[in-house]
Amino acid sequence: MTLLGRLTWQAIPFHEPLPLFSGLGVLITVVAILAWVVAKGYVPYLWREWITSVDHKRIGVMYCILASVMLLRGFIDAIMMRTQQVMAYDAPGFLPPSHFDQVFSAHGTIMIFFVAMPFVIGLMNLVVPLQLGVRDVAFPTLNSVSFWLTAAGALLVNLSLVIGEFDRMGWLPYPPLSELRYSPGVGVDYYCWSLQISGVGTLMTGINFVTTILKLRAPGMHYTRMPMFCWTALASNLLIVAAFPVLTATLAMLLLDRYVGFHFFTDTAGGNSMMFMNLIWAWGHPEVYILALPAFGIYSEVVSTFSCKPLFGYRSMIYATMAICIISFMVWLHHFFTMGAGADVNSIFGIASMIIAVPTGVKIFNWLFTMYGGYVRFRTPMLWSIGFIVTFAIGGLTGVLLAVPPADFQLHNSLFLVAHFHNVIIGAVIFGAFAGYTYWFPKAFGFVLDERLGKWAFWLWLIGFWVAWGPGYVLGLEGMTRRLQHYDVAEWHPWLVVAEGGVVIILLGIIAQIAQIVVSVRTREQRRDVTGDPWDGRNLEWATASPPPAFNFAVLPDVTDQEPYWDMKARAREIGQLTRPEPRYEPIHMPRNSPTGFVTAFLAVVTGFALIWHIWWLVLLGLAGAYATFVVFAWRDHDEELIPAEEVARIDRANRAARSAALQHRQLRRETQRESAE
Amino acid sequence: MSAPTTALRTGRDPYHIGHAPAAGVPEYTGHGAGGPAPKRIVVGYGFWIFILSDVILFSCFFATYTVLIHARNGGPGPQEIFDLHGTALETACLLLSSFACGLTSLAVARRNLLWSEIFLAVTGLLGAAFIGLEVHEFYGLVARGDGPTRSAFLTSFFALVGCHGAHVTAGLLWLGTMMAQFPAKGFKASIRHRYLCFSLFWHALDIIWIGIFTVVYLIGKITP
Repeated sequence: MTLLGRLTWQAIPFHEPLPLFSGLGVLITVVAILAWVVAKGYVPYLWREWITSVDHKRIGVMYCILASVMLLRGFIDAIMMRTQQVMAYDAPGFLPPSHFDQVFSAHGTIMIFFVAMPFVIGLMNLVVPLQLGVRDVAFPTLNSVSFWLTAAGALLVNLSLVIGEFDRMGWLPYPPLSELRYSPGVGVDYYCWSLQISGVGTLMTGINFVTTILKLRAPGMHYTRMPMFCWTALASNLLIVAAFPVLTATLAMLLLDRYVGFHFFTDTAGGNSMMFMNLIWAWGHPEVYILALPAFGIYSEVVSTFSCKPLFGYRSMIYATMAICIISFMVWLHHFFTMGAGADVNSIFGIASMIIAVPTGVKIFNWLFTMYGGYVRFRTPMLWSIGFIVTFAIGGLTGVLLAVPPADFQLHNSLFLVAHFHNVIIGAVIFGAFAGYTYWFPKAFGFVLDERLGKWAFWLWLIGFWVAWGPGYVLGLEGMTRRLQHYDVAEWHPWLVVAEGGVVIILLGIIAQIAQIVVSVRTREQRRDVTGDPWDGRNLEWATASPPPAFNFAVLPDVTDQEPYWDMKARAREIGQLTRPEPRYEPIHMPRNSPTGFVTAFLAVVTGFALIWHIWWLVLLGLAGAYATFVVFAWRDHDEELIPAEEVARIDRANRAARSAALQHRQLRRETQRESAE
Repeated sequence: MSAPTTALRTGRDPYHIGHAPAAGVPEYTGHGAGGPAPKRIVVGYGFWIFILSDVILFSCFFATYTVLIHARNGGPGPQEIFDLHGTALETACLLLSSFACGLTSLAVARRNLLWSEIFLAVTGLLGAAFIGLEVHEFYGLVARGDGPTRSAFLTSFFALVGCHGAHVTAGLLWLGTMMAQFPAKGFKASIRHRYLCFSLFWHALDIIWIGIFTVVYLIGKITP
């Protein structure tokens, strides 16, 4: 045994220029950004206000930033794959097989675990406590730990770019190929440990949000008064609590096979590799809905706000959400109809998969009927929502096709399948994340994003998506299987060229999004949201200032209606003043910032890295450090800070003044309109 | 708006599950609408959710055990390797440990430091005895060449029972920390909440063990 386990200089890919230089590029960029931060003296600010922050809004923003950065990484992988397939018609292309395999594996892993997950969790962090009318989540420090563990997992995945290699067998490492016998390298270990670490973070988020939504709500907020986004967040987090332990257990079994010679999934000594498929998809299918349900919630908020109408069929939406939540656990076998479970089993799971389309259809009709007869404003979030309804309806229909077992025998593992899941994940989750990002950006930062560039981004993404993945369906029907490093079928080539064009259009869309941020930040003074309610919103997140104070609400709101803030505004307009007289302000206890999350994540990276490379002394050191952190945290005496009543009063008076002014302004405008009409 | 109910006026929670109605709430339906729950409820509830997720983790190992029970690879089956006398002793240790944990809860409720520490120590010693017996069983099997690498059946057995053992060991670390915290920090609210979570954890491990005792050892003894 050596000091550094199996880590040697050979782990650095000196002989492979592409990963070496891209890795070096990332490294130099990161070092340059860190140097700039240090030189500008921002470190104390970042440490105090962000890194150690336990404020749900800050943590939500950090989640979204992590997701956006990782989206760029995952998208670069996508460009590489599309380009390889354009070049590799009867030719080797520019990516050797071992590298191509790592690229598609990393693309899938990153897009699901480090883009889609952090984006929806980030938006839930930002919005759910505000919509519930409370001051924070149930366990604020745990929330910070969750975020930093997710970031630690993302860091490990990216580390594999420079030190060692990543997994080569897709985003789910199916045994026996992923067993030590066939994959002796560190790729699978990087995959497993980074997901184990970020998975713990996700599980704790689930526990945190289930507790928050069920136990912490403003007075008067019954279950049937909760905003739709909170309902879908509840369903999603219930799924996290029920599904993520399965992922943890499954990966733990694979790791036991690989590290200490167990025989769960091996092809010797009685191991059963089909058990892995069953277990991983018992997590994997609910995972789809963990991502999609919060996105459905975002669309519900956006469609109702921008149609100036309450959500149509609110209760049926709740039933649909909870039905999906339960049925999502009963369809996992449709991911491997070809396993050979027999006609009876396949039929049951095929029918269950078709049934799950019913509540989803209920939702689609509810959104359409919300728009029907409404005063629809076509702002960017609304465009994303309409684009979603069209795209997702088609993606859902191809899913119902795949749910028919005989059809699936033809289409499984083909590009038809790949086109289908890109159709639903981009069409539902990514569009939803962008809708939510544009919709709630002013709440987080206090100014509205540029509308023109936002619309450009939307159209480029929508068209780009269809140009990139429309051909996928054709290619699948023409028999092209997924993950081909090279091919010799002439009919496929033109379609792959078209798909490459689609990726370029999406790239332009991403550039438009970056330009949108740059332009909006530079002109932020003109786009200030002074009222805290830029869209004429309906739920409680718009009842507080933008950005909200640390304590969110000076006094917890009284909820008397399903759309509390809309109700408040209506009453205020009736009586011509704010509904509540100025309250008696009291000091507020808020949780103190804590470096626990950051320290835990640091130790998780060290321990994970040591486990991957078999550096056992470092593993012990990391675990001892984790226990020490736990004890130090448990020993703290002052976990709360007091915000004095005067400070609360000062902040809330400003908010009340802005709202009064907006109310007067609106009434004045209405009167002038009436006069000019007369 | 309806007149406040009697329960609201007296400030008592008619459902006795904790969400006390806040002042000025217009109506009270029992659907958690009475405003944020108190800290003790939130902490206990959150930890309950964690325990449920842990139960799901165990259920995966139970499932693999039942799938692999006949995959012996020419090695021994459950009838040859289980010694129910040892297992009975283990079970007795763990159940008594849970009982001592319950006594600790009573002592903590009375803010009695001495008895809290004594019962916690008894809880911990019985837990350690359980772990000792389990290690002894594992060691015997491995020494005979019937370790987890022998067959898929033994793999699933060692993983399921070992996962429980790892949980008990982590619980012992936690227990030691709690024993240090009671004298150092006193019975302040945050410490009592933490003890509540610990006792939930310890009792939950007992419930899991009942599952293991039944599914693995008892049913194993009658599985050919």
